[in-house]
Amino acid sequence: MSSADELIALTGAEAAARVRAGDVDPAELFAAYRERAAAEDLGAFTWLADSPGEPPPPDAPLAGVPVAVKDLFCVRDVPSQAGSRILEGYRPPYTATVVERLLAAGAPLLGKTNQDEFAMGSSNENSAFGPVLNPWDRTRVPGGSSGGSAAAVAGGLAPWAIGTDTGGSIRQPAALCGVVGLKPTYGACSRYGMIAFASSLDQAGPLTRDVTDAALLLRAMIGRDRRDSTSVEFPGAIVPPRRQDLRGVRLGVPEELCGEQSGIEPGVRERFEATLALAEQLGAAVERCRLPHAPHALSAYYLIAPAEASANLARFDGVRYGLRVDGERELTEMYCATRAAGFGAEVKRRIMLGTYALSSGYYEAYYGTAQKVRTKIAEDFASAFERFDFVATPTSPWVAFPLGSKLEDPLAMYLNDFCTVPMSLAGIPAISIPCGLSQGLPVGFQLAGPAFSEQALLDAAYALELALGFDGSAARREGGG
Amino acid sequence: MSARFEPVIGLEIHVQLKTRTKMFCGCELSFGAPPNTHTCPVCLGLPGALPVANARAVHFALKIGLALGCEIAPRSLFHRKNYFYPDLPKGYQISQYDVPLCRGGRLGDVRIHRVHLEEDAAKLVHVSSSGRIHGSERTVVDFNRGGTPLVEIVTEPDIRSPEHAREWLTLLRATLKALGVSDVDMSQGSLRCDANVSVRPVGAGELGVKTELKNMNSFRFLQDGLRAEIERQVGLLEAGLAVEQETIHFDPASRRLSTLRSKEEAHDYRYFPEPDLVPLLVDERMIEAARRELPELPAERAQRFQAELGLSAERARELAFRPERGDFFEAALASSDGRGAPPSSLANWISLLIERIGADGDPAESKVTPGALARLVAMVEAGEVSRDAGRTVLAELVRNGGDPVEIVAREGLGRVSADDEGLAEIIAAAIASDPDAAAKVREGSTKAIGPLVGYVMRETKGRLDGGEARRLILERLQARD
Repeated sequence: MSSADELIALTGAEAAARVRAGDVDPAELFAAYRERAAAEDLGAFTWLADSPGEPPPPDAPLAGVPVAVKDLFCVRDVPSQAGSRILEGYRPPYTATVVERLLAAGAPLLGKTNQDEFAMGSSNENSAFGPVLNPWDRTRVPGGSSGGSAAAVAGGLAPWAIGTDTGGSIRQPAALCGVVGLKPTYGACSRYGMIAFASSLDQAGPLTRDVTDAALLLRAMIGRDRRDSTSVEFPGAIVPPRRQDLRGVRLGVPEELCGEQSGIEPGVRERFEATLALAEQLGAAVERCRLPHAPHALSAYYLIAPAEASANLARFDGVRYGLRVDGERELTEMYCATRAAGFGAEVKRRIMLGTYALSSGYYEAYYGTAQKVRTKIAEDFASAFERFDFVATPTSPWVAFPLGSKLEDPLAMYLNDFCTVPMSLAGIPAISIPCGLSQGLPVGFQLAGPAFSEQALLDAAYALELALGFDGSAARREGGG
Repeated sequence: MSARFEPVIGLEIHVQLKTRTKMFCGCELSFGAPPNTHTCPVCLGLPGALPVANARAVHFALKIGLALGCEIAPRSLFHRKNYFYPDLPKGYQISQYDVPLCRGGRLGDVRIHRVHLEEDAAKLVHVSSSGRIHGSERTVVDFNRGGTPLVEIVTEPDIRSPEHAREWLTLLRATLKALGVSDVDMSQGSLRCDANVSVRPVGAGELGVKTELKNMNSFRFLQDGLRAEIERQVGLLEAGLAVEQETIHFDPASRRLSTLRSKEEAHDYRYFPEPDLVPLLVDERMIEAARRELPELPAERAQRFQAELGLSAERARELAFRPERGDFFEAALASSDGRGAPPSSLANWISLLIERIGADGDPAESKVTPGALARLVAMVEAGEVSRDAGRTVLAELVRNGGDPVEIVAREGLGRVSADDEGLAEIIAAAIASDPDAAAKVREGSTKAIGPLVGYVMRETKGRLDGGEARRLILERLQARD
């Protein structure tokens, strides 16, 4: 028997080990989290499971440690609304592949987590189900769009969670909430059953308390899925990281993302530089590097992602599922009334941007050019990785900001993704780990590597994590409400 | 049509492939199944579902491309074609755009512009007393058809008349049928044809403004619709008016043309590469596999019938462009009874058979076996049965089947020999029946012999040929002198 607090204090990997050793009853573990999540007032969850279901087999790798899942993953018969009113009450008839894989690995579903509508946002304020509060400071945002997953893990409402990352939607909220967030290589995890935002960028990934947990969840999630043509067989295995130093590791610090003009706030810069110094102490070689096209990443991203979104969101017409607002007479009126009522302002803005960018006469100038920039950015990374093992940046230019402070200025909001979008466009993996506090709020340190370098990234992040000794327990105490 | 103008016609043909499953999901194709019983998250366009290209459909499209002599693209792309319509659950159709699977090619005297793969829309059923869209009380959607693999074949504007269009489409249909890739049934919608039509002064190099005639669902409607539209365009030009670029519907019942969409109302489909699908890569192995399965095609078959069997060009096409006729012809030739039947006679007798069973009839489904027809033709050729009696036997074969030798014996249809006493009497009676005619013939006016021949033919029930009868009457009349 353990007290709920003792159980909550365990990382996912620790809890799994205890369950496997017979020291912890997985039903008790589930109940402890279920109770905390039910009492939470962060707005992190949109739905909670009543029970963990069948107990996992004894050799299940995730050993009955429950997982929180971002709302936009379809789960059979469970509300899956992607943070949008237009999917009000929608319970899909099927389950997303990565969720199926987590369930099969022995992680029962704890609940669905709040998010920015259709993953469009960096503050979790664009949710039809209300904002999520940051457990480090309830007047501040948790980041987004996977804000519910990040806040749930940081606040001790879930042992671990999964989210999706299109331009930073795992890494940025992980940074702002002081947890670990990993965006895998594009294609590493199946997108089947993930309600799409921008198909060529969306990737599922873990949000966890530490790097070891991220490795455990990632291992259960990856692999080719014949239902997703863009998924691939992951080369090599993911194992728990063991590395304790960074000897021989070459870290490139891109001038374009970290230089004076990048808008990184001083407290974040200070923690970032200190972490680089720590990396050097661990044996890494740290040097400035160039990603010449990276400053154009946001512009390209805000053409490509909305263009794809404008098509992906066309299916929400009120005919077959979700919200329907009847028009006066015609079908077109029903479409218009449904979409007017069902989509939030940011989603509408991006649908319009994307529709415009694909329009006849504008396609080449906007979408075509953006794709060329995307190729250039991928080439920039490829040449950087000829000299460096990883590229390092702050994950977010700033710490968690006050609720409402950027809502009126979409461009300022988009700058949240300044350091995370280039990796998304290049399709490469990147991890954010907490590297300390600034103004009492967590700062995220991002490492990005070549495609399918996840194991190396996890190893390096683990060595840094050990040296950093970041303590997130304060937020877990707060999270309980 | 005015002699001053010539039409220029290009066709766009949609062919439903008869694969087992749909283009992008595992649902089975179905005709006549209860509505919405062959659906899944993918073909219903549910959130999170992803398409996966059907390898069999690609194989079929390759067969079509090779049969039409197209160049096969080693790498082609799927695009999203965006528009809102209730038969399109994703809000876009997955099609191919600027990099199609096949380009170029030729069938008969018409060049092929391109051949590409796409998915069919769902079926809208307008529920109303009139059956028309306008004024219908409601429309219901059957998604069984949605996602059926389609191949679109686009010709160059090489067709010069409605009759030419009809003849060429017949050849295309026969070719597709021989390939075994589609039911090619226009009334069931597995073969659908749109036409781009313009007219220009005879001898002009430039093309006139074209209109698009939609969905002519029979060979006759295609011909009639084209005639009506060409007439309309020539009328406009002769009156000094301009042809407007528009999309036109032809109502075969009223023979009326009506505008569906003007140029201003044309859709902007906002094509962009489908990010949910990887490029379609075709290697030599796939092309070889498709090539190996190519049967002898109708155009080649017609060539062979002409060159090797000595049929006229027209007769060769008649048989080869309707594979069921060609097959029957070759089966009759191959039968042991076909030895005494020269191919050209056999071909002529098949035409006679088709006159009896109707142009849409399949001779193989009649009661006449290829062997029986061959035997009959051999008997006629050997002079055992007159041509007229042969027709009587054919009629009996069509009615009741059986063996022509037996029918001839049973019905007493064997040729009357010239030295038959009964025949001499009949000839005498014929001359006696019309002394005037006999006198005129004697005087050298051989034209007057008609009634006498008719008498003999009637009395012998056609058991000898008209020429033979004529010869014998003349002989008799001259002998009297």
